[in-house]
Amino acid sequence: MSIKKFAVAVYDDEAVLFPAVKKVRSAGYKIHDVYTPFAVHGLDVALGQKESDLHIAGFIYGITGTCTALGFMGWIFTTDWPQNFGGKPHFPLPAFIPITFELTVLFAAVGMVLTFCYLNQIMPGVKKHIFHPRQTDDKFVMVIEVNDTNEAETLAMLQSTGAELTETQIAESDWWYGRFDKKEDYEIQQQLA
Amino acid sequence: MLKQEFIVPKSLKTTSIVLMLIGLVGLVVGAVTLLPGNALAQTQFWASLMHNAIFFLLISVGSLFILSATSLAQGAWIVSFRRIPESIGSMLYVFAAIAGVLLLSFVWTNNTNIYAWLQDGFNPHNSLNTLKNFFLSKGFFTFWTILVLVLWSWFGVKLREISVKQDTDTKGSTKLYWKNFNFSAGFLFVFALSLASTIPWLWIMSIDSHWFSTMFSWYTFGSSFVSGMSMIMLWVLYLKRKGYLDVVSEEHVHDLGKFMFAFSIFWTYLWFSQFMLIWYANIPEETIYFQIRMHGPYRFFYWLNLILNFVCPILILMPRPNKRNYFVVSLVAVIIIFGHWIDFFQMIMPGTTVRENWDKPFVLSLFIACGFVGLIIYLVANKLTKAPLIPQNNPLFKETIIHIS
Repeated sequence: MSIKKFAVAVYDDEAVLFPAVKKVRSAGYKIHDVYTPFAVHGLDVALGQKESDLHIAGFIYGITGTCTALGFMGWIFTTDWPQNFGGKPHFPLPAFIPITFELTVLFAAVGMVLTFCYLNQIMPGVKKHIFHPRQTDDKFVMVIEVNDTNEAETLAMLQSTGAELTETQIAESDWWYGRFDKKEDYEIQQQLA
Repeated sequence: MLKQEFIVPKSLKTTSIVLMLIGLVGLVVGAVTLLPGNALAQTQFWASLMHNAIFFLLISVGSLFILSATSLAQGAWIVSFRRIPESIGSMLYVFAAIAGVLLLSFVWTNNTNIYAWLQDGFNPHNSLNTLKNFFLSKGFFTFWTILVLVLWSWFGVKLREISVKQDTDTKGSTKLYWKNFNFSAGFLFVFALSLASTIPWLWIMSIDSHWFSTMFSWYTFGSSFVSGMSMIMLWVLYLKRKGYLDVVSEEHVHDLGKFMFAFSIFWTYLWFSQFMLIWYANIPEETIYFQIRMHGPYRFFYWLNLILNFVCPILILMPRPNKRNYFVVSLVAVIIIFGHWIDFFQMIMPGTTVRENWDKPFVLSLFIACGFVGLIIYLVANKLTKAPLIPQNNPLFKETIIHIS
């Protein structure tokens, strides 16, 4: 939990957003995040984000599934409860392959979905601050972390990139568990302060 | 300005001629040493010739298949290098003629050492035999082989002709585009009834006359398609290396790599499905096919086949950067082509009377394969010079340039 100060710029069009992102980055600002109503192709490149390592995680999950299936079936049919099925060996590899394949796919799929949710901080019950209510509808929102000294300068710079609205918000930068009908913690804190 | 006119580099021409000469020398030496010998020696010679003739014909058909399939799906990514599969497809008739003459000569000289079903009074299956007896008869074999080879060759030439005609067509006209679309649909229909079903049964599976597997054709199709894609990949990378095909970017190579990766797994899936059912049911008349391959003299090829065609592609091509690395993908392409060549070797040899004496046919096959590779390089390179390397006036041209895999 960390409450920070953010400069928020709202754009109307992705054609304005792209040059703005380039300009802000070349001016040396570190962009906290950009929120768009749909997946904008090439935005990850423009933001300079490195390629996701999700597929490496997927490979590890898949291998785990393979080992689990082979190890578990092997242990059952050779050690725990050996049985004779039609004269086949106790470790009949070809018969195990379909199940091994299924478990590999299952582990990789479920593991990757959970990892994806973790990396993107999305989960049932997980709440994040929404900088602009229309960021999931038709507006593009760029957020930069600021402090008291560079706040005015950042806002002026964002204004010059063609933003239709710029403002400062004090907001929780992380996620938290909560309900949408309850007031956010930082709002309560702000009121107390 | 794009480099459009392909001129065959001297080194390529020399390589292809040297390879053809190696093949020719192998062929002559093989013929001189094996043909005057006994029936076994003769079969060794004919079987290795047949192995290469069928393999190189089928991988050429594979490139015609990807061309038609992407035309029908209106895929734009292949347009940037579609002159390569077109050229391979339009030279198909040479390989069709070689394979056709060879196979028909076996049938009409009653070569029972290769096709045991040619024996008089042979019943492939004692009950329910009428259809299979009709299928494995001289008349049907001849009729169907000639029909399919003619159709393949005709479609290969035709698809190329339409595409070249489009170059000089009026700008913006889509008449030839739809003509190509319709011919692609026609070819896929022929393809489904030939390479994807009857042809591997008729040419290859009938060598083991009593044995049968309905999956065999798909498995052979997987083999020929994935090695056909690898061959296209090698051509693309070669032309790029020589400074042609500027519009082909990493993205197109990545997509070709995906095809090699995916269809290697597809091939393994079919191979394993065929194997596992037979292994599990354990019926002697079916397991005999795997007895000689898995536990007999072909053990080595059997496992090599799996390593080259499954383990290598899946492990090497899995990471994304590897599919975009020109050296790695060309290495895997060579591995895949060689692996499936081995696959065809172990499909064909054990069923003929060659059986455990595979040493001489293997060496001979290697030499003849060099000859066929040289022939493909020579013919396709010559064909590529005949038209601009990048299709002009293709409605999908812009889409292919901005393609992102």
